[in-house]
Amino acid sequence: MKLKGAEILTHFLADEGVEFLFGYPGGAVLHIYDAIDQQDRVKHILVRHEQAATHAADGYARSTGKPGVVLVTSGPGATNAVTGIATAYMDSIPMVVITGQVPTHLIGNDAFQEVDSVGITRPVVKHNFLVKDVKDLALTLKKAFYVATTGRPGPVVVDIPKDVTANVADYVYPEKIEMRSYNPVVKAHSGQIKKAVKLMAASTRPIIYAGGGVILDNSSKELIKLAHKVNAPVTNTSMGLGGFPASDKQNVGMLGMHGTYEANMTISNCDLIIAIGARFDDRVTGNIEKFAPKAKIIHVDIDPSSIAKNVKVDVPIVGSVGSVIKALLKEIKEGGFKQDKAALKEWWKQVDEWREKECLKYKTNGDIIKPQYALEVLHKITKGDAYVTSDVGQHQMWAAQYYGFEKPRRWINSGGLGTMGFGLPAAMGVQLAYPKAQVACVTGEGSIQMNIQELSTCLQYNLPIKIICLNNGYLGMVRQWQEFFYEERYSSSYMESLPDFVKLAEAYGHVGMQVTKAGDVEGALKEAFSLKDRLVFVDILTDPKENVYPMVPNNAGLDEMILV
Amino acid sequence: MKTELKERRHIISILMENEAGALSRIAGLFSARGYNIESLTVAPTEDLTLSRMTVVTRGSAEIIEQITKQLNKLVDVIKLVDLTEGPHIEREMLMIKVKTSSNDSREEVTRLVDIFRGRIIDVTSTSYTIELTGAGDKLDAFISAFEKTPILETVRSGVSGISRGAKNLHI
Ligand SMILES: Cc1cc2nc3c(=O)[nH]c(=O)nc-3n(C[C@H](O)[C@H](O)[C@H](O)COP(=O)(O)OP(=O)(O)OC[C@H]3O[C@@H](n4cnc5c(N)ncnc54)[C@H](O)[C@@H]3O)c2cc1C
Ligand SMILES: Cc1ncc(C[n+]2csc(CCOP(=O)(O)OP(=O)(O)O)c2C)c(N)n1
Repeated sequence: MKLKGAEILTHFLADEGVEFLFGYPGGAVLHIYDAIDQQDRVKHILVRHEQAATHAADGYARSTGKPGVVLVTSGPGATNAVTGIATAYMDSIPMVVITGQVPTHLIGNDAFQEVDSVGITRPVVKHNFLVKDVKDLALTLKKAFYVATTGRPGPVVVDIPKDVTANVADYVYPEKIEMRSYNPVVKAHSGQIKKAVKLMAASTRPIIYAGGGVILDNSSKELIKLAHKVNAPVTNTSMGLGGFPASDKQNVGMLGMHGTYEANMTISNCDLIIAIGARFDDRVTGNIEKFAPKAKIIHVDIDPSSIAKNVKVDVPIVGSVGSVIKALLKEIKEGGFKQDKAALKEWWKQVDEWREKECLKYKTNGDIIKPQYALEVLHKITKGDAYVTSDVGQHQMWAAQYYGFEKPRRWINSGGLGTMGFGLPAAMGVQLAYPKAQVACVTGEGSIQMNIQELSTCLQYNLPIKIICLNNGYLGMVRQWQEFFYEERYSSSYMESLPDFVKLAEAYGHVGMQVTKAGDVEGALKEAFSLKDRLVFVDILTDPKENVYPMVPNNAGLDEMILV
Repeated sequence: MKTELKERRHIISILMENEAGALSRIAGLFSARGYNIESLTVAPTEDLTLSRMTVVTRGSAEIIEQITKQLNKLVDVIKLVDLTEGPHIEREMLMIKVKTSSNDSREEVTRLVDIFRGRIIDVTSTSYTIELTGAGDKLDAFISAFEKTPILETVRSGVSGISRGAKNLHI
């Protein structure tokens, strides 16, 4: 079938199974927008800022496991998308971003709206392509989706000059793709599996440290089986929350800078870390010299470069979480796996003692709304079954600590890049993927103002997101650091001249509510969630001086937490 | 974590797709991650769809492990080998232009070129240009041998390397 480049793109996306294309038009992509208008298999979602297009695609990807797809124009369209691309890159999220480019004969000419998109995005993509000939378009797109979704996932940019979208070529959907230079490993080495199981049997103080890789691999069931078999405490990174149910009695909570006392003490004192799809981020390890000094480490990761990057590893296992855990369970079953049950019992006794600290307990104070309380109420009202997106700051950490995620892909946050402005657009992607689900965007009055324009997109597509704004009047996370480490010099962390969020929501055609007393939180959230087809902005005025605890100060060991 | 701090020089030889941008991906990786590059050479192979690159870098065992993993992760990279892990040959080419305004200096230069087994490849009334191939330290020694003769210009190719014997880097 002979088609124009722009039509090849729309046909390809539909054949690839893409439901939504998040985008914003401009000169270099006009042919593509014209082709989008001539078809109805791929639905285009018009955002109000290109950064939001990338976060929306990202939220769609995180909640479904399918790649998010974005279309932006050249120049400023592409540069506006960079933050969202980097956000997806840091958290290994599959995404394909199509950027328009000036016509091939003008490339390098400082043409109108020309930027070197391939050059600008190179450090924050898994791979990128410039398509110079319409004959290569379909195959390049196939490669882009293949690379974005396999191995360690990540964003891929395809830069398409305008003339390529006008030129004509034969189109056949490429069913298969092979790339000699790209062959991600999935199955683990059997020798390593045996070594790992030996260490697991010999350990008297094990911990499973599970991260985002469990969720990316859809292997939460396998993780639960392994944890129950080995009877080890399980801690999740913030990216891994929901990968192991919060209510499981083996769960000791999140670890790291704002991890629980029990998680941080358990990992600090263990003799074996079974790391699964986690990358020993510095927010997790604290001072690396003091990290888990007595521990041997088994590290399962699909990306060899994640292994032994920050810590020395005793048994590296390169492979996908699911395939490795299956192999481990098989070896446990067949290889004669004997644990020292008495020693394990002692270990659990110790872990339970740490739990008795009740590190997440907080002081209440009359009418003042504690943010932690608001999140507990959110959990109650949504029966712990909502998709929760978040922005970045204290509210993000409280949501991670207090919502209690039971299932994977329910906790949608920017962990690696920590991008304020992520929450609302990400919630749009989630709500589009699951129109009937409860979607809450937990945010702060600082973060929500980065991408607030998306309230307009939400109206256009009837997205009944519930925005839970924990409004403390401060850039709270910044204020907390200034309180602890800069002798309370609150330099530029007070949010002055805040808008009236209720009126603002109303101006955009939504429902706005403000809550000022602790006693009113439950009623307000109930009402908000009962408005099933409306976006509700719930502006909750919270205790301005509340801090996130526990906290591991910079450069301290994990067992040197500041507690309430 | 105890880190092995001893830094060593490594020659990494990379086979990759001969695509526009492949070189900048590798150079970008080294600068973004703060790895050092002593030299870098690249050219297409006998199969024109492939390029072969040689990077000379310096680092502790851990750093070199990360460098090879990160390079392997690049989608354009097909295979690579750290040549310094086994027996190998490394060569570099030097062209040097020196001032030869007197008979004495011409004789002196000719003698040095003989000793080092270089070749004089261009002659003018005031200068000689010499080509010399060898390992880096041989080229260094040659350059420092010009004590009295003024050096006008030098250019070095950067290191290329190949393993000895049966081990090959090919697809
Ligand atoms: C304000 C703020 C505070 C934070 N505080 C904390 C904190 O206290 N505690 C905390 O944990 N985090 C915290 N974070 C998040 C932190 O920055 C990191 O994003 C997070 O710890 C990384 O999680 P992860 O190790 O699970 O890695 P991810 O980024 O989720 O990486 C996943 C790993 O799994 C691998 N992988 C991917 N797919 C597969 C597969 N199929 N099979 C096998 N492996 C696979 C990848 O190669 C990668 O190594 C904070 C962030 C912010 C913004
Ligand atoms: C785009 C961006 N700019 C700056 C920061 C640094 N930063 C991290 S948290 C934070 C404060 C967030 O304030 P708010 O959204 O009100 O949330 P709170 O911490 O009060 O809950 C800032 C400025 C960031 N993470 N992202």
